[in-house]
Amino acid sequence: MNELHQFIQSHGLALLGPQWWPMAWTLLWTLIKIILLITPVMICVSYYTLAERKIIGAMQVRIGPNRAGFFGVLQPFADAIKLFCKETIIPQGSKKAVFFLAPSLTLVPALLMWAVVPFSPELILADVNVGILYVLSISSLGVYGVLMSGWSSNSRYAFLGSMRSAGQMISYEVAMGFTIIPVVMLSGSLSLKDIVASQQGVWNVIPLLPMFVIYFISVVAETNRSPFDLPEAEAELVAGYFTDYSAMSFGLFFLGEYANMILVSFLGSLMFLGGWLPPLGFLGFIPGIIWLSLKAGFLMFVFLWIRATFPRYRYDQLMRLGWKVFLPISLSWIFLTGLGLHLFGKV
Amino acid sequence: MSVRLKEWVDIFALKELAAGMAVTLRYFFKPNITVQYPEERTPLSPRFRGEHALRRDEQGRELCVACKLCEAICPAQAIFITIDPASTAEKRLTKAYDIDNAKCIYCGFCQEACPVDAIVLGPNFEFYSETRDGLVYDKQKLLSNYDRWKVQIDANLAQDAPYR
Repeated sequence: MNELHQFIQSHGLALLGPQWWPMAWTLLWTLIKIILLITPVMICVSYYTLAERKIIGAMQVRIGPNRAGFFGVLQPFADAIKLFCKETIIPQGSKKAVFFLAPSLTLVPALLMWAVVPFSPELILADVNVGILYVLSISSLGVYGVLMSGWSSNSRYAFLGSMRSAGQMISYEVAMGFTIIPVVMLSGSLSLKDIVASQQGVWNVIPLLPMFVIYFISVVAETNRSPFDLPEAEAELVAGYFTDYSAMSFGLFFLGEYANMILVSFLGSLMFLGGWLPPLGFLGFIPGIIWLSLKAGFLMFVFLWIRATFPRYRYDQLMRLGWKVFLPISLSWIFLTGLGLHLFGKV
Repeated sequence: MSVRLKEWVDIFALKELAAGMAVTLRYFFKPNITVQYPEERTPLSPRFRGEHALRRDEQGRELCVACKLCEAICPAQAIFITIDPASTAEKRLTKAYDIDNAKCIYCGFCQEACPVDAIVLGPNFEFYSETRDGLVYDKQKLLSNYDRWKVQIDANLAQDAPYR
């Protein structure tokens, strides 16, 4: 596996032919790598929607989709075909350009962040040494898509939903950012690769368990998932900021949401659960990417598990939790981490 | 003080949340209770009140004696009966026996009121109409319903007879 990978990495340009125009080949090769990354992500997203319906169904002692293909395996394709075939309705009085820009602005940041996710020490699209900063900055772009969609729809439901969502995403980004700081302090690096490497002895989840819990709850809120799915509170806001979206522009919001969920699961397992490191040394014969996928898969399962369990938060409770509980706890844990590092002579 | 401390420990250990998630996880491994309707069906009680039928006797003659008790008791006033002028004191017959299914509330009072067990609510619940007129069942339709569901209707009546 590794030999093959290194071979492609080093001979990649040569494999495609003589380098008579190196720039173009580099561009093409980057494009191929992007496609090789995005395609599995998209397949993951579509099957994550199926897994969601199946798992929540099982928790409610139901079956879930099982008509499209064996065990419902063709359901994502049926959904995709339906979304592609439907008419895109443009609401009266909407700002058309912004209206169509908004879904892409939700999806694109979700996909951009995958560039710095390392799947194994070698398998990484862009080995940026400030990977975490990159992720934090791109993830805050996601709120623009939400705001723009609510603003341009010319609907009060969408507007209220997007206002809520923006407030929520900004608040929980603060808490999420602060939970990442102790990780960075422990590993002394902003590169996701080095962060995993620094967990060789003990995973970050053990010294930073409260941070891991807060990180996970924050990303649930950040990705607008239940029990923090106030923006799409269907009881009062119909569907929140995408009330007026239909067909594939609606689908893009969902692709973005699920791509984000998968991404934060991967980031959580990279930062706290030791990434591709096996839990016990002798299990090292299993490739790292499988360990990483298992850990991320578990976090993705917890996403659905939480959705099947908890009722929705009230908005003021949500804000209280973010600002009055998570923020002080994470700040004090940063202090404790610094104190610990100082006392044990690591700094 | 210690009670309050315990409360705080429980809150920060997310005790209640863990308990809730344990419940859903337990249900996750339980067998599904879904009945996949067109292929699988739930059992029906012999007293199930579905589509109406007018019963016949062994010779195939209508049991209905046009006493109009069902028409009288019907709370939705969905039954319309006309007596056949050719009726005699020994043999009373209906000329028309219409039930408006759009008005019927499936209470089963007509079946209770019937002195000869002629009108019954059968076990069939899979019927529909695309027009309002299609929901008005005439005598022919009600008799043919009995012909179609005869075995089940008679078995259900026999099973329920001891409690009547």
